[in-house]
Amino acid sequence: MHTTKSKWDAVLVPVIAVILGMLVGAILMYLMGYDPILGYSLVLEGIFGGPYFMGETLRAITPLIFAGLAVAFAFRTGLFNIGVEGQYIVGQLAAAWVGITWDLPPVLHALAAVMVAMIAAGLYAGLAGWLKARLGVHEVITTIMLNYIALFSANYIIRSFLKGESEKTENIQPSASLTSDFLATLFDGARVNWGLIIAIILAIVVYWLLFRTTTGYELRAVGFNHHASEYAGMNVKRNIITAMVVSGMLAGAGGATDTLGVYGYMNISAGFTGIGFDGIAVALIGANNPFGVILGAMLFGGFTFGADNMQRVEGIPTESIRIVISMVIYFVAASAIVHSLIGLVRRRREVQS
Amino acid sequence: MSIVDMLITILNGTIIFATPLILAALGGVYSERSGVVNIALEGLMVIGAFTAAVVTIMTGERMGVSPELAPWLGVLAAVIAGVIFSLPHAVASIDFKADQVVSGVALNFLAAGVALFLVKKLFEGAGQTTTVQNVFGKVSIPFIQDIPVIGQGIFNVYPISYLAFILVGLSYWLIYKTPFGLRLRAVGEHPHAADTMGVNVRKTRYIAVMISGAMAGLGGAAMSIAISSSFQHSTISGHGFMALAAMIFGKWHPVGAMWAALFFGLATSLGVSGQVLGLTAYVPSEFLNMLPYVLTILALAGLVGRAEAPASSGKPYEKGSR
Repeated sequence: MHTTKSKWDAVLVPVIAVILGMLVGAILMYLMGYDPILGYSLVLEGIFGGPYFMGETLRAITPLIFAGLAVAFAFRTGLFNIGVEGQYIVGQLAAAWVGITWDLPPVLHALAAVMVAMIAAGLYAGLAGWLKARLGVHEVITTIMLNYIALFSANYIIRSFLKGESEKTENIQPSASLTSDFLATLFDGARVNWGLIIAIILAIVVYWLLFRTTTGYELRAVGFNHHASEYAGMNVKRNIITAMVVSGMLAGAGGATDTLGVYGYMNISAGFTGIGFDGIAVALIGANNPFGVILGAMLFGGFTFGADNMQRVEGIPTESIRIVISMVIYFVAASAIVHSLIGLVRRRREVQS
Repeated sequence: MSIVDMLITILNGTIIFATPLILAALGGVYSERSGVVNIALEGLMVIGAFTAAVVTIMTGERMGVSPELAPWLGVLAAVIAGVIFSLPHAVASIDFKADQVVSGVALNFLAAGVALFLVKKLFEGAGQTTTVQNVFGKVSIPFIQDIPVIGQGIFNVYPISYLAFILVGLSYWLIYKTPFGLRLRAVGEHPHAADTMGVNVRKTRYIAVMISGAMAGLGGAAMSIAISSSFQHSTISGHGFMALAAMIFGKWHPVGAMWAALFFGLATSLGVSGQVLGLTAYVPSEFLNMLPYVLTILALAGLVGRAEAPASSGKPYEKGSR
């Protein structure tokens, strides 16, 4: 197959993938008897239809940035962290514990809660890294199992030690809160909070760590080829554990901002939030690049949040947007399809000119 | 409750909870043995569960097909739907050399989206199907059912559970004792060598991915028209990933995967029957629920050790590349 590649393809492929995904979604809506133009405009209205909607969209995007960064970081070292879900729960719980039981001045309290959440979730993920490095247990299995263990343990701990009046913890102390009056006024009372700023800072930190430090170089080298890395004198086992710990810390920070910034408490929950799994999609759309992850989270979070408006107003199921997102991921994965499309257009143009 | 009754409850639960995992894990074995990673098992199970529930309802309750036949039509439809749904993954990973994990994740999202979209469309906006009336009942086998404990514990399960065990045997035979199986394994270990020997890598991988779709579809059907009796968003919640874990735990071997799935089944059964047996008076229910997952990690860390995937698993095959 002949394909002409240019430097623009890195940008062009995701853009075309999004367009193709939306096209498939439009055809589906049309076949099911809905008006796709109306559907998409309602999605856009749900995202941009006023400061409150924009603020809530940003609130929906925030946890996805954390989860996406966590998955992407592990992917860079060749590890598939399906356990972001569980690490997120550990972060939520640790932040709730610090937020409720510790006494510290404002700002410091919130920072301490985030730090403790990151350490707790980092250690939790590190367990999977350790099992992989020392005993060769596949990280996909351990992280899946650890998800369930985190879910049930958190429920037990809340029920036994932190329970408030209903099926949730007490409220955290105001000093630990990450809510922002400034952002809330700016966005008309939406629950967007400092967590968003923390997410962006962490994305920059991850970029720096991965691409500007020796540690990052080693982590990526292990991801490319762990035999070659080992031959070059790198400690593969230590790098595997490091990658999982950092990945878990990113997920934990996300969980913490959820507890401290959005709800102010943590629920006893029967099932998963799905944020960890959405994080996989976000990382993949963002090509495992920290800034790509932010874009991926905006796309994913924006579409998903806006879809609620579409279902509310016109009764078009939100799942149609799920399908659009899945098609975007699919076209990103099978970028060869997109490449050959681009190649086709280019060649035709060459023939005409 | 006597010890014997307790044993029967636990054994019976083991087989039943293991059934969908055995089927989907078998699907994973075929696909990964041929060199195609199949993270999409979860999504394929969703499609199977959805199709089985809908077809069983449509045929049995609206078209007047007999209650015995309707669930089998559901199963058949689930298998076909699983095969069709596995095709995008096959096209992306085999022909377009896509990242197989990414394509699998995409399929998982697609499956959940399509299934729930259609449920809303078919059941007037509801988030779940109506209760399936003609679900599979448990079947016991004459004479064997009189054997104490085993007769009622093991040999009193859904037809689809018996089918699962038959398929384990069949898969073992197919993968290890037939020319097709040899080709399948060769293509997954060393596609270049297989190609040189005249094996059609592309065709073999397509067949393997389609079989995995069929198996995972069956597994999904076991969830929606045997173990539970409807389809909703939580019918398949992580079962595909558990099946993936069972496949790795069982070292990419059909019989190994079966034992791993049975182990998960046993642990789940202990967790569920803990409530029935009154264990919750001594142990918090969360700990019982957690048991399967803790046991799995301990077992993997202590007993099983290093598991090696088929050498070319996850790598697209390009002719002439090194």
